[in-house]
Amino acid sequence: MDYEFLWRPVFQALPQLLKASLVTIEVSILSMAIGLVIALFLFFARDSNVWFARFFANIWIEIARNTPALFQLFFFKFGLGAIGIIIDSYITVVMALAFNTAGYMAETFRGGFKAIPNSQLNSARSLGMTFVQAQCYVVIPQVLRAVWHPMTNQFIWVMLLTSLGMLVGLRELSGETQFLYSKTFRAFEFFAVTALIYYCIAKLMLLLFRLIAWRLFRGQ
Amino acid sequence: MIEIKDLKKSFGELQVLKGIDLTVNNGEVLSVIGSSGSGKSTLLYCINALEPIDSGSILVDSISVHDKATDVNKLRQKIGMVFQQFNMFPHLTAQENVALAPRKVKKMSKKDAMDLAARQLEHVGLGEKVDSYPSALSGGQQQRVAIARALAMEPSYMLFDEATSALDPELVGEVEDTMRMLAKEGMTMILVTHEINFARDVSDRIAFFHQGRMEEINSPDQLINHPASEHTAKFLSNVR
Repeated sequence: MDYEFLWRPVFQALPQLLKASLVTIEVSILSMAIGLVIALFLFFARDSNVWFARFFANIWIEIARNTPALFQLFFFKFGLGAIGIIIDSYITVVMALAFNTAGYMAETFRGGFKAIPNSQLNSARSLGMTFVQAQCYVVIPQVLRAVWHPMTNQFIWVMLLTSLGMLVGLRELSGETQFLYSKTFRAFEFFAVTALIYYCIAKLMLLLFRLIAWRLFRGQ
Repeated sequence: MIEIKDLKKSFGELQVLKGIDLTVNNGEVLSVIGSSGSGKSTLLYCINALEPIDSGSILVDSISVHDKATDVNKLRQKIGMVFQQFNMFPHLTAQENVALAPRKVKKMSKKDAMDLAARQLEHVGLGEKVDSYPSALSGGQQQRVAIARALAMEPSYMLFDEATSALDPELVGEVEDTMRMLAKEGMTMILVTHEINFARDVSDRIAFFHQGRMEEINSPDQLINHPASEHTAKFLSNVR
């Protein structure tokens, strides 16, 4: 073993890596936000008395949770590509991760909604609120609190999953690292530093979530 | 005025209301007593359309509650309800709990709604608890906030579904006092209760429900001291 560490190329490429980190963060936030909204719809669809809505939601959740995220991504990129629907890598990754996370969060929401007694909905309705108002102002804020921790985990998980982007040509953090490594052949150095950056992003997001929770749930 | 005609309601196979005829006049306080499962709570849920009915009709100010054309959200603003379980919204302060519906349903400005909420809390004797979250309030205080929250919609009717039966005994008094105050102010109220003495003090009439039927309705004195039905007499002797 006479591998010599050479860190200089990594340091020189640091601005590029940090710029790519922004793409990673962007994609994470977008896919999580879209995924959360869809997850809510999936939850209500599965609870509805329209059989088609239930059927659709169930299929979505089953596929999202029981097939590899990588295959889901490939479906949106190459599967749709094969039938002539070509989508930009950035959007593909957002779509695939939103699809995946919606499935997981729909399950998590189910537990969260179950934790809120029906009497909360009843008392909101008895004040004249519509079903949607009662959900938005009374039930969902409580559900949000109940699912906060699993949701935080899911967010970190989605952020790490964005690294799949490099397989469909997205220059997020992993894609960029792959690109730089192929130019310099400093595999270990590049991936070590990138791992460290991922770690820092994760910690930063955790901190952010904790701050939001502190602001949102004080007094309770 | 609340007019109930031949109201029938089942949960699956079980018929819980077997034809109720009942009129509650404006300004009247009616207590409904009876053992668990006699259908008295279900009656309240039917009056503000939280439960659908099988047949019969309920008219509130001549509006048919269960008519498909009726806007129940609008109708419910007339009918305040306080439940057995403490139903304060745990993510909001007392003041925000009370202000929520005026803001979102009546589209009041935030400031007006918060002012109204402060006044209503003052009214039920919780003026100094406006900023408290439910977790920092006793069960009795939470029920009084629930009463203030219902009053903030300026209802014409108040329904109380065993509002004191989940409370520790020493907290029952303060909630009963608040209800008594409302009765004195002329609020039209239907109270489902297990507290016979309270019902006697506060009510104009008491109805006794037995197995889905209204067995007897009379003035408190008549019903409690001279029950006409043997079921009423038996129930009263069991609870006293």
